[in-house]
Amino acid sequence: MSRELELKELYFGFRNPQTIKAYAKLIEEESKKLTRDVNIMEVCGGHTHTIMKYGLNQILPKNVKFIHGPGCPVCVMPKERIDHAYILAGQKDVILITLGDMIKVPGSHGSLQDARAKGADVRFVYSPADTLKIALQNPDKTVVFFAIGFETTTPMTAALIEQVIKNDIKNLLFHINHVTVPEPMRVLLDDETNKIDAFIGPAHVSVISGSKIYDEFAQKYKKPLVVSGFEPVDVIKSLYMILKQFNEKRCEVEVEYSRSVTKEGNTEAQKLNEKFFERREHFRWRGIGDISKSALKLRDEYSWLDVEAVYKDILPDQKIDDHKLCICGDILKGKANPKDCKVFGKACKPQTPLGSCMVSSEGACAAYYKYGNLL
Amino acid sequence: MCLSIPSRVTKIDKTTNTATVDTMGVSREASLDLMQEGSVKVGDYVLIHVGFIMNKIDKEDALLSLEAFDEILGRMDDDELQQSIIDSDKCFQ
Ligand code: SF4
Ligand code: SF4
Repeated sequence: MSRELELKELYFGFRNPQTIKAYAKLIEEESKKLTRDVNIMEVCGGHTHTIMKYGLNQILPKNVKFIHGPGCPVCVMPKERIDHAYILAGQKDVILITLGDMIKVPGSHGSLQDARAKGADVRFVYSPADTLKIALQNPDKTVVFFAIGFETTTPMTAALIEQVIKNDIKNLLFHINHVTVPEPMRVLLDDETNKIDAFIGPAHVSVISGSKIYDEFAQKYKKPLVVSGFEPVDVIKSLYMILKQFNEKRCEVEVEYSRSVTKEGNTEAQKLNEKFFERREHFRWRGIGDISKSALKLRDEYSWLDVEAVYKDILPDQKIDDHKLCICGDILKGKANPKDCKVFGKACKPQTPLGSCMVSSEGACAAYYKYGNLL
Repeated sequence: MCLSIPSRVTKIDKTTNTATVDTMGVSREASLDLMQEGSVKVGDYVLIHVGFIMNKIDKEDALLSLEAFDEILGRMDDDELQQSIIDSDKCFQ
């Protein structure tokens, strides 16, 4: 190695405005060679957030556009699953635990925050591992972990389950809502009216699963895909790599985020997932609908840990649709922009979200709301 | 929610299978449960997500990217560079 890398370079080196500008210039040159307009979908909400925060969409040439994709597990969680959490939280002697923005997403009875206001014991943890402590400290309560997330977060839940079994903890159950990325991408592409020409592939999903899960998108669907990191330089460089693929008539899976992503991914984490989870036949994605094999559940031999089995009698499974004005569905499919929504910024704001895309900080509506005044 | 932060490993505790990491001056603990035994060492850069180390960051690869950025910046002429500094002042306060 020529020199030592400093930690701060991992932040600032990939945020340097001049580097962004330099890539923007290279992109402009490439864009002149394009024979038609191209729409590039960033699958993951983390990228949407970066694009909006750094105003990357404003420095692009006219014939290159970002379209936002389905990549936020908070945004795609259907109301009926949130209702489960709400109902569970309302049971006597239950502590319901979840991560992230989930607590604010409205279900049909209200959000978990509302449940808490009504006296339910709903807690939010930074790490799934904290759930273990809460279970140990409350032996007379049933602790339910409402697990959400894509491939990124699934192995953390699996590691928690491993600990539960190892330490013989009897009062911790799981509500598994882990979803996977390639299945919805396939659904979007199979829709003939889709406008997608290429993808920016998720960063941390790919750290776990490896870039190999996207091969079909280049090979079968003929869409260039570049796995990108979350820093602004990563995103703009990935865009440049995609345009180069167009101009050189290539169609490949490339990895811009090669400092953290390999083809095979984190196989240790994959093994842990394999041990505890299997695919659900179906899972309903908010706004997109039923997608087969797009989510995970606990394997049968661990059903004693599965709150959906243990509390089966009180958990309804009918579908519940969204507020009729909410167009999150079309936004998640890349067919509409938050600004196309009639209630955007009016009836629907981060403090009073009507749809889930306004809740998560990585949701497209929330990102537009927060950074929209830069436009 | 999958955003994760690059950190540097400062200590490893084999009994609890955790690492102490430095995230730009903040010291935190992270689980090593998702990493192959012995694969993470003091001084390594890692990605942390919800309290777990989810992978290492390849230092050499990161350096190569940074060098490539320098090279691209070197190709911009002085006027462009000047302009980009002015522009960036506007956008990135
Ligand atoms: S939660 Fe993860 S997968 Fe979803 S948008 Fe954020 S970073 Fe991407
Ligand atoms: S602004 Fe609100 S109501 Fe409109 S699409 Fe977004 S989340 Fe749904």
